[in-house]
Amino acid sequence: MRYLPLTPSDRQAMLGVIGAKSIDDLFADVPAEARLDGPIHGLPNHASEMAVERHFSNLARQNMTASHTPFFLGAGAYKHHVPASVDHIIQRGEFLTAYTPYQPEIAQGTLQMLFEFQTQVARLFGCDVANASMYDGSTACWEAIGMAGRITKRSKAVLSSGLHPHYVSVAKTMAQYTGDTLDTALPALSPVTDSARLLDAIDGETSCVVVQYPDILGRIEDLSAIAAKAHEHGALLIAVVTEPVALGAIKAPGEMGADIVVGEGQSLGVGLQFGGPYVGLFACKEKFVRQMPGRLCGETVDAEGKRGFVLTLSTREQHIRREKATSNICTNSGLCALAFSIHLTLLGEKGLRGLAELNHGLAVQAADRLSQIAGVELVNDTFFNEFTLKLPKEARPVVRALADRKVLGGVSLGRLYPDVDALANGLLVAVTEAATMEDVETFATALQEVLA
Amino acid sequence: MSTINQSGWKPEMGSAGETGPATYTGNKALMLEEALIFEIGTTGTTGVDLADAPKVTPRLGNLARHRDIGLPGLSEPETVRHYTRLSRQNYAIDLGFFPLGSCTMKHNPRLNEKVARMEGFADVHPLQPVETVQGALAVINELAVWLIKLTGMHGVAMTPKAGAHGELCGILAIKAALEARGDPRSVILVPESAHGTNPATAAFAGYAVENIPATSEGRVDLAALKARLGPDVAGVMITNPNTCGLFERDMKAISDAVHAAGGYVYCDGANFNAIVGRVRPGDLGIDAMHINLHKTFSTPHGGGGPGSGPVVLSEALSPFGPIPFTERHADGRYTLVEEETASARHPHSFGRMTAFHGQMGMFTRALSYIMSHGADGLRQVAEDAVLNANYILRSLEDVLDAPFAHSGPCMHEALFSDNGLADGFSTLDIAKGLIDEGYHPMTVYFPLVVHGAMLIEPTETESKVTLDQFIGAMRSVVQRAKAGDPMLKSAPHHAPRRRLDETQAARKPALVWREPEQAVAAE
Repeated sequence: MRYLPLTPSDRQAMLGVIGAKSIDDLFADVPAEARLDGPIHGLPNHASEMAVERHFSNLARQNMTASHTPFFLGAGAYKHHVPASVDHIIQRGEFLTAYTPYQPEIAQGTLQMLFEFQTQVARLFGCDVANASMYDGSTACWEAIGMAGRITKRSKAVLSSGLHPHYVSVAKTMAQYTGDTLDTALPALSPVTDSARLLDAIDGETSCVVVQYPDILGRIEDLSAIAAKAHEHGALLIAVVTEPVALGAIKAPGEMGADIVVGEGQSLGVGLQFGGPYVGLFACKEKFVRQMPGRLCGETVDAEGKRGFVLTLSTREQHIRREKATSNICTNSGLCALAFSIHLTLLGEKGLRGLAELNHGLAVQAADRLSQIAGVELVNDTFFNEFTLKLPKEARPVVRALADRKVLGGVSLGRLYPDVDALANGLLVAVTEAATMEDVETFATALQEVLA
Repeated sequence: MSTINQSGWKPEMGSAGETGPATYTGNKALMLEEALIFEIGTTGTTGVDLADAPKVTPRLGNLARHRDIGLPGLSEPETVRHYTRLSRQNYAIDLGFFPLGSCTMKHNPRLNEKVARMEGFADVHPLQPVETVQGALAVINELAVWLIKLTGMHGVAMTPKAGAHGELCGILAIKAALEARGDPRSVILVPESAHGTNPATAAFAGYAVENIPATSEGRVDLAALKARLGPDVAGVMITNPNTCGLFERDMKAISDAVHAAGGYVYCDGANFNAIVGRVRPGDLGIDAMHINLHKTFSTPHGGGGPGSGPVVLSEALSPFGPIPFTERHADGRYTLVEEETASARHPHSFGRMTAFHGQMGMFTRALSYIMSHGADGLRQVAEDAVLNANYILRSLEDVLDAPFAHSGPCMHEALFSDNGLADGFSTLDIAKGLIDEGYHPMTVYFPLVVHGAMLIEPTETESKVTLDQFIGAMRSVVQRAKAGDPMLKSAPHHAPRRRLDETQAARKPALVWREPEQAVAAE
């Protein structure tokens, strides 16, 4: 077996040192009725590298990939071009095969990268501080709601109808068990969000208001009024960003008064990967830092006075605080955070702004083209690189029919909100720099055919 | 703190110290210092060439961004060099032995990286129509079948994002099952030696946490456990093999007692590597167990994630597991059970834990690893991992106190205490001494039940030559700690950094970089 270096004579010699007659002696504490005599029945035995690779190639070929198809899906995961150097660097063994940097003297590479990542995220979101990343956007969103509860000592969260429905589902799953109350609503196919509902709902029992920016339908609205009303009542504003590239074009949530900003970092560096692993982004105002979940990297000095970095404020965390920890989380998404950080370093401010402008320009052109199709209406007045179309019929079968024509034409709202008739004709369309105007034309032609 | 020059080191830092003569740059040959991107990049630099944006009338409302973000850019060559230089300040499995107990730092096969990057898996969107992702769903389903068969369980929840997320999944399934039968309970029992995530998870799900004592052998005290069971106990969370490196001999009796009292048994599967292919947790009465794919099944740790923590479930708990999951139909087609179909196909689910389908990139890697080994190879994995750990235990027990050496063979890891070191010398000093010897330290100060614990897990991917060298180094460092060698007290001497001031980091947290003048103003 190619991954196992011990030879039969090594094993024999080692058993001799241990004083055991056979390997079975070492498993003597396993009750006899639970010991398996040989390899588990009904499972194949070992396979060569070539055989395994062939198996995966065959499965991979059955999937329609984003790069070889006109592709317009978003809804929390976006197709962006990832520079080749990103994937090269994250495959360096020193990053790929390192552990969590608990021994800082021999982990400065990871730690400095995390410090840079935290600074990039904080600046992008317009916040004071950020953590070293979370599992993904949806879990970061729930963690932010939990954090707001700890800070305000209240348990009622008001969620915008524009929050990604899967993020709402994750929060609902958790709230069932923590006793938090979630005030939720379904979105409507309207150019404006339900910010009026949010303003009405905020009261002295509200721990936080959660608003996605741009929202699930792609709409962009100023958060300042919600922030002001929340703060007036002692509540926090949590902003959720599922498309961080947007922040190269629009104001940061922190600039508009958000107290906690969380997001999904998949757009930069990570790739689609059928939904994971992704990287949760988490930033907040400095005064809340001790209530933050997750790992934090901080600057310090070593015994010779040299600058260095360590994981810090671990008294919030489970390995120290056990049942009193701010969260049960025991990891971050380190390698994805590295990919995010490298991509953002390659872009820089200039590149991020250029990328955002390109995404927006292509999306505007695509929205104009697609809404020319008879019966198709553009729902949004505002959007960044994703918008909602209202089709003359149910969108879900349309998406399937488009796939039959080798076009991946967006995400139907029926997939995200099953059984909600008012949303069934909605189609979410994302347009990034990876799409060409020829792709848009192919999409438009196919959509016209399918709707005819 | 003085300012950093353009190349990132502090000019006055070139003191000779104990590690050789000063250099102008602060570099020491191949040991290279590296500045922060904020010190070497500018906001006007980019390493990416973009097409010109089409000229359009913006639809951004009145929210166009005007203020500077403050994100420095680097050209591609500078970027590659920056991160390559940083990488050289990291220890990693690829560089050497990583005996970190309870973390299973085994070799990460590169075939896994190759298959995970196949476009058919890396370049597909989680919300594509299921007809267009049949191969991706097949991977999830094939891995699920392997995990079920290897553990002898009934079902598996694939979506949890990491071990602790898997714990949460298992505890929520227990909670949902109890609520479904109208018997909500309030307490979860956890052994003293448990990972910190266990009590944190139970508390997060709203349970009171109570400790169960251990016997002098280092195993769960069955009598004490039985005495505490009652109608308020929702379940127990047991790690098996446990964090003292021992197999819980009474596991089946524990399960039977908990079940008889109406509770459920959660098993922390962090240490599954010791028993994979030789013992099925399902045969021990387990109701739920997470499997860290990044431990037993070799997906890379990545400097702190991403992990992946699928949870195998018993027949009693399977109906309550999360959505979404894959279903294989008689004609070989795969579909997803998600919100739309859950009410018909999986009505008792406790809900969704994450936005999409779990850590797909880890599923491909883990399946590649599992297929490479097969049922026979996985059994050999457990045997070699246990053999290596016992070899270390028996090769060091004459110089280091091994509190449970009398309790029988260890499983995947060997546990030692700091008993017998010279006054003023501690486990930390041994750990830092190992760094100078070119090793990553073992797990230290865990489990909490042993004073100054040192937990060594070699895994099966280390050769006897490597183990012999490590044993020699360990014996040498221990002798120095017993003799009170002051140079050990200040180790490491040869690492990119000396011991770091963690107290200062926590007292005045500097979590983001600030321009030097801002930093001064903030003080």
